[in-house]
Amino acid sequence: MSTPSPAVPTLAVFKLASCDGCQLTLLDCEDEFLALAGRVRIAHFPEASSSVDPGPYDLGLVEGSVTTPDDARRIREIRAQCRVLVTIGACATAGGIQALRNFADVEEFRRTVYARPDYIETLATSTPVSAHVDVDFELRGCPIDRGQLLEVLTAFLAGRKPDVPNHSVCFECKRRGTVCVTVAHGTPCLGPVTHAGCGAICPAYGRGCYGCFGPSGSVNLPALIPLLHRDGLDDPATERFLRTFNAAAFDTCDNESGKEVRP
Amino acid sequence: MSERRTTAVLDRTGLDALVQVLRARGRTVIGPTVRDGAVVLADLATAEELPFGWGTEVEAGRYRLVPRADGAAFAHTTGPQSWKAFLHPEREKVWDADRTADGRLSVAEAPRARPSYAFLGVRPCDLRAVAIQDRVLAGGRYQDRGYRERRAGAFLIAAECTEPGATCFCVSMGSGPGADAGFDLALTELVDETGHRFHVRAGSDAGDELLAEVPHRPAEPETQAAARDAVDAARERMGRAMPPVDLRTLLGDSLEADRWDDVAARCLTCGNCTMVCPTCFCTTTEEITDLTGDHAERWQRWDSCFDLDFSYLHGGPVRASARSRYRQWLTHKLSTWYEQFGSSGCVGCGRCITWCPVGIDITEEASALHDELAARLRRHDQEGENGRKESEP
Ligand code: SF4
Ligand code: SF4
Ligand code: SF4
Ligand code: SF4
Repeated sequence: MSTPSPAVPTLAVFKLASCDGCQLTLLDCEDEFLALAGRVRIAHFPEASSSVDPGPYDLGLVEGSVTTPDDARRIREIRAQCRVLVTIGACATAGGIQALRNFADVEEFRRTVYARPDYIETLATSTPVSAHVDVDFELRGCPIDRGQLLEVLTAFLAGRKPDVPNHSVCFECKRRGTVCVTVAHGTPCLGPVTHAGCGAICPAYGRGCYGCFGPSGSVNLPALIPLLHRDGLDDPATERFLRTFNAAAFDTCDNESGKEVRP
Repeated sequence: MSERRTTAVLDRTGLDALVQVLRARGRTVIGPTVRDGAVVLADLATAEELPFGWGTEVEAGRYRLVPRADGAAFAHTTGPQSWKAFLHPEREKVWDADRTADGRLSVAEAPRARPSYAFLGVRPCDLRAVAIQDRVLAGGRYQDRGYRERRAGAFLIAAECTEPGATCFCVSMGSGPGADAGFDLALTELVDETGHRFHVRAGSDAGDELLAEVPHRPAEPETQAAARDAVDAARERMGRAMPPVDLRTLLGDSLEADRWDDVAARCLTCGNCTMVCPTCFCTTTEEITDLTGDHAERWQRWDSCFDLDFSYLHGGPVRASARSRYRQWLTHKLSTWYEQFGSSGCVGCGRCITWCPVGIDITEEASALHDELAARLRRHDQEGENGRKESEP
């Protein structure tokens, strides 16, 4: 094989506030993981190996959201060390489940939950990495999809744009031949506003999409909400449904994702 | 050319034999069956799997299965898939590229599975849709090889409509409820005091020949008349209709209509309408590489004009607004399709109405555009009239 081999790129994996599920997706790549290890030098991945090489790194994957002053400092350091920075998962791209605190009183939590609240240093909000530093690519999901992660890694290695479409879950649902749970069963489903990537798993098992991949590239929430109401969700339930994994991400996107280019 | 096409009557045993003969000939028989609360299209092992005793109640954005006392198998309306799922699959590999030992690239067309299909229960509107996709994907200069191969070998058994749904409007599109061409066999299901039976007409030599192998009886005049009457009655019971105007010019004259803003406010841009539409054919192609960098593949997969990436040029999507994307869909279906392919792109199957989560209705949108245009023309005339009056001495 005469593949030209310039300096082997280095990969670093970092974790902020998160459950580790997305990093596990990387370890889950089993077969491909060996091929990956042959193509990059895994320089920093505490979850997989205790040997840590210092930066700079060619590609950094960041899992987790910024929830402490230390996270906020670390993410700047990480950014400074990584040529390309990719965030993985709902925590890193939208704040994650822990961003439910954004709608509550963190002081009260601290007092109620911890025996020594003064030991706890935390920010009032859980925020995505992109709220702190520039991010080159955001990979969605809770957890991320293994196939999409490999696509992002191979695309990075080949110097091309990853094939990660930002249309709705409905596209995948119909391609898969699933019977629409909203139309045929009256089940609330966030598929029409949710970013594709999971392969429309939930509807394939008769459940509505929970929106774990966050908003698609083209969201019209006011058009969907009456449907959720019709299918039995009242206002608080609708709010919970939309905010479970991606905090306020759905509330803040609007329908017209750009200006129409007129010829 | 054959002298005269066979007409015959099959009972349920005959229908089962039909499926068995097709399977014995190595065909994959695809037909309607019940799954997950809907009538879907799937590989059938026997005619028993057909949706006997199931009907459907549909409305814009709503679909429900309902039991039928008469035990009919073809009394349901269009489900979430169409035959394009088999002839024009959602994802297909186009080619493989490999780096050879001496560092060169070798590119090879991807080997394709070539199932030999028999489609059982193709509605007349869907026969027309297949003919339209033939024109798009296998006609003209740029042909989709995979489609052409799968289509050339497919055996089509139509099922004429006797129970149109509330979202059907094939009559106003001239594509149903009777089957006139493009089939090998056409069934008309009858359930009455004479029993449960299927009137069959052959439409090709292959159809004649297959029928000869299946137990049947000659079509007596009463059954023939009953089949004709049932289809004629369906003609009168269409759930919807397109406005009786020249849709082609209507859409052409409506590019700046206000109605597009109205529908854009309701549209989720979810793409369901294009995915379920039996004529929508759009695909995108994507290259993937593997981790070694020595192997690449090109895949084609269904895409839609509701996808922002669909019109992405350097710097951004050309059709960013929901308004422009909905307008593209309707204008292509009903108007520019003529310029491209010589017919309408809509066959009136009603799928886009039923399976749109928010129930946006193509016939209602066309009527609203017509009303808006008519009002605009009236205002225009009025102004012209007033202008003339004012300028009179
Ligand atoms: S089930 Fe959900 S994701 Fe699937 S088509 Fe229906 S609304 Fe879309
Ligand atoms: S018309 Fe309906 S199905 Fe089509 S994109 Fe809009 S909301 Fe989705
Ligand atoms: S536009 Fe709608 S009614 Fe017309 S053929 Fe397509 S899905 Fe059927
Ligand atoms: S309506 Fe849209 S998806 Fe359908 S064929 Fe036309 S451009 Fe393609």
